[in-house]
Amino acid sequence: MSRHTLSVLVENKPGVLTRVSALFARRAFNIHSLAVGPTEHEEISRITVVVDVEEHPLEHVTKQLNKLINVIKIVELDPESSVQRELLLVKVRADQATRAGVLEVVDLFRAHVVDVVPDTVVIEATGTAAKLSALLSALEPYGVREIVKSGTLAVGRGSRSITDRALERVRTA
Amino acid sequence: MVQPNPTPAQVAARTASRSADGAAGRTVSGEEVTGAESIVRSLESVGVENVFGIPGGAILPLYDPLMDSKQIRHVLVRHEQGGGHAAQGYAHATGKVGVTMATSGPGATNLVTPLADAHMDSVPLVAITGQVAENLIGTDGFQEADIVGITMPITKHSYLVTDPADIPRTIAEAFHIASTGRPGPVLVDIAKSAMAASTTFSWPQELSLPGYHPVTKPHAKQIREAAKLLATARRPVLYVGGGVIRSGASEALRRLVDTSGAAVVTTLTARGAVPDSHPQHLGMPGMHGTVPAVAALQKADLVVALGARFDDRVTGRLSSFAPHAAVVHADIDPAEIGKNRPVDVPIVGDLREVIADLVPALEAEHAKVGKPDLAAWWHQLDTWRETYPLGYSPTDDGHLSPQHVISRLGELAGPDAIYAAGVGQHQMWAAQFIRYEHPRTWLNSAGLGTMGFAVPAAMGAKVGEPDREVWAIDGDGCFQMTNQELATCAINDIPIKVALINNSSLGMVRQWQTLFYDERYSNTDLHTGHGTRRIPDFVKLADAYGCEGIRVEREDEVDAAIKRAQEIDDRPVVIDFQVSRDAMVWPMVAAGVPNDDIQYARGISPAWDRED
Repeated sequence: MSRHTLSVLVENKPGVLTRVSALFARRAFNIHSLAVGPTEHEEISRITVVVDVEEHPLEHVTKQLNKLINVIKIVELDPESSVQRELLLVKVRADQATRAGVLEVVDLFRAHVVDVVPDTVVIEATGTAAKLSALLSALEPYGVREIVKSGTLAVGRGSRSITDRALERVRTA
Repeated sequence: MVQPNPTPAQVAARTASRSADGAAGRTVSGEEVTGAESIVRSLESVGVENVFGIPGGAILPLYDPLMDSKQIRHVLVRHEQGGGHAAQGYAHATGKVGVTMATSGPGATNLVTPLADAHMDSVPLVAITGQVAENLIGTDGFQEADIVGITMPITKHSYLVTDPADIPRTIAEAFHIASTGRPGPVLVDIAKSAMAASTTFSWPQELSLPGYHPVTKPHAKQIREAAKLLATARRPVLYVGGGVIRSGASEALRRLVDTSGAAVVTTLTARGAVPDSHPQHLGMPGMHGTVPAVAALQKADLVVALGARFDDRVTGRLSSFAPHAAVVHADIDPAEIGKNRPVDVPIVGDLREVIADLVPALEAEHAKVGKPDLAAWWHQLDTWRETYPLGYSPTDDGHLSPQHVISRLGELAGPDAIYAAGVGQHQMWAAQFIRYEHPRTWLNSAGLGTMGFAVPAAMGAKVGEPDREVWAIDGDGCFQMTNQELATCAINDIPIKVALINNSSLGMVRQWQTLFYDERYSNTDLHTGHGTRRIPDFVKLADAYGCEGIRVEREDEVDAAIKRAQEIDDRPVVIDFQVSRDAMVWPMVAAGVPNDDIQYARGISPAWDRED
C-alpha cells in the first residue's frame, strides 16, 4: 500500500461528494482524509482525497472518477512537488502548574493558543501530518482532551494552476 | 424518392434526423407552461416517440399533458421492471434511447433492476421518476424513496429536479449523456411540486456538462501500433464485444475482418456483430463458448479486443486467459482498458472511428511488410472446428431436446427476426444455436444476468420494430418473473411470440447442482412440465392473457407450432415447449478454472497437446 493525494476538481453541485466517496467505498479503499471546499471559481469545488492504495487499483479508480459526469479534472499531487498541510485544533489540560510547559511546546511548534480557561487551552496548529503528530506526542503528557483535524489540503508548487484549464472547460461547456 | 408507405423504421429514422437538427427547427423561447408540460415538451423536442411506464401519485401531473401529446405513445405496462426492460429492448433493437417512467417510492425502486441491467450492458436509457413534493423530500413522506441515492452506482448519471426551470436542460442533458460516449442509463427524478409549478419552456437548451467529454477519435500512433501488431501476428484473434453493436460499427468491422484475415469471436453481447456465416467467425467465446472460439483465444499470439471488457465469463481464470497473446484493447470507455488484463496497445475511441482508421493503417502495413501467412493458424482452427463442432446429444427420456427446438426456431424465423432471451440455459442455447447475421437481432441480459428480461424486452423491441418478427425465448423460471407484460402486449397490439423452453425447473441452477452438488436438487423444481401439476398451466395462462397458447411435447410438432405462431399476427403467441430437464449446456468452462480446461461435453476435454 502506498499513500496518494488526489486533487479532484468537481462541479459545485449537490451530491457530488457522495458520488466521489462512493467510488472509493465500492472498492473498499480506505480514505485516509478528505477535504472539500470552494475554489477561486464559484462553479468549481475542490476535493482533496488521501488514500492508501496500490498503483493499479488507484489508476482504475481514477479512471472511474473521471467517468463521473460532475468531475472535471483529477490530478495526483506528488509530495515532493506539492505543499500539503493539515489543520489541527487540540484541547489540552493546562492548569497553573503545567501551563508554562504547554505554552513552551506551542511556541516550539509555532502553534497558537486560541482559547484559554483556567484549566485548559485550545491550540491551533497547521503543518504536515508528521509535524502535527509530533506536536500531539509532545502534548500527550499534559492530557489531551479533544482533537479535531482537517483533511489534508494540497497544492502543486510553482506557477501552474490546475483550475485554470478546468475553468476553460466550464466556461465553454 | 418518397415511398407511398414508409415502414415505421423509416418514419422513425426521419423523425430522429429531424430532431437531431430539429432543435434548431423547433425553436421555442420562454413559453409559459407547467413543469409537467415542460417535461412533455422536452421529451418531444429530443425526439421521443415511445415511452413505457406506469403512473402513480407523485408523477400524476406529468400523465395529464402526456395524454395530449401527438408524438409520444405511452405504453401502460403492468410492472415498472417490465417498463424498464421494454425500454431496454426498444433501445437495443432500434439504437435509440429507450424511455421509461415510474412514480416515486416503489415505482422507482422497481426500476432498480432495469437500471442496473442497462448499466452493465451499456444500454441508452432515460428513466423519469416522480418524486414527492420538495417540502416532503427527506421527511419519509408517503411513497418517498431516495432513488437518486439508491441508483447512484448503477446509473451513468442522475438528476434530482426541484426547480421547474431546470427541466428542459436536464432532459436535454440526460438524453445526451445516455446516448453518447459509452451509452448507459440516466435517471431524472422530478419533484411533484416542480411538475405542478408554472415555469417557462425554451428550446434548444445549452448543455452544461464541463466534466463530460467522451473521446471518440482514436490516437493515430496507437492505431499504427495496433496495425503493426495485426500485420505481423501469426495467430491473431479479433475479440468482438457488444461495443461494436452499440457504436454501429458492424459494417466497418466486416472490412477489418476481411483485411486482417484474423479469426473472429463474438461475445454474448456481440452476437450478430459479425455474421455467423462468415468463414472466419468461430462463434462465442467464454464459459459456454465454442471450443474453437475458446481455444483460439488461448492459443492466440494477438488478441484485438473491440468493445469488449474481459468479463470473467469470457476469461475464465484471468491469469491463464490468452497466455501467449499481446493485447490491443479498443474501447470508448478509458476505464475498461487495462481494467482486468494488462494491455500492450490501448486505444480510446468510438469503435466506428477506431476501425475506420485501423483498416487503412493495416493496409498500409500490408503494403510495407506483406500480408502475414496465417495458413498454419487456420489449419489449426479448422481442425478444432471439425473436431469440436457445436452440437448436442439428443435426450434419452423421450422428451424434447431444447437445443432442437431453438435450432428449428432460428431456422424457421431466420436471421431477420429479433430474438430476446431471459437468463439461463435457454439463453445460452439461443446464443449458440441460432445463426445471427445482423446486429441488433439478439437481445439479452448479459452482464447483470436478469431473469425475466425476455418478455418485456421483446415487447419493447416489437414497439420499436413493428414490422419485424420478434421472439422471446424464455425459460419457465424467467417467464414467471415478468409474464404479466403479456397483458400489455395483448391490449396494445404488440404481437410478440414467446418460445417457452419449459424444463419444469431452474435449469441452469439445476445443471450446476448436477455437476457440482452431487445431483442434490435443492429448490430448483418448478412443477410446470410434463408429469407435474403444471402450476401454472402456461397454455391456460396464455389464454387468460388474450394470447394464443400452444403446447408442444413431441419433436414432430415443433415445426408446425412455430409456423402456426408465425401466421398469427393479431395477438401474442406463447408456445410451451415441454423439454427434457436433463439437457445441459455444453461446452462449459466451470467457474474460476482456466479456459484450457473447457469441457466439450461432460467429462470430455480437448487434448490440446496432441494438436499443438
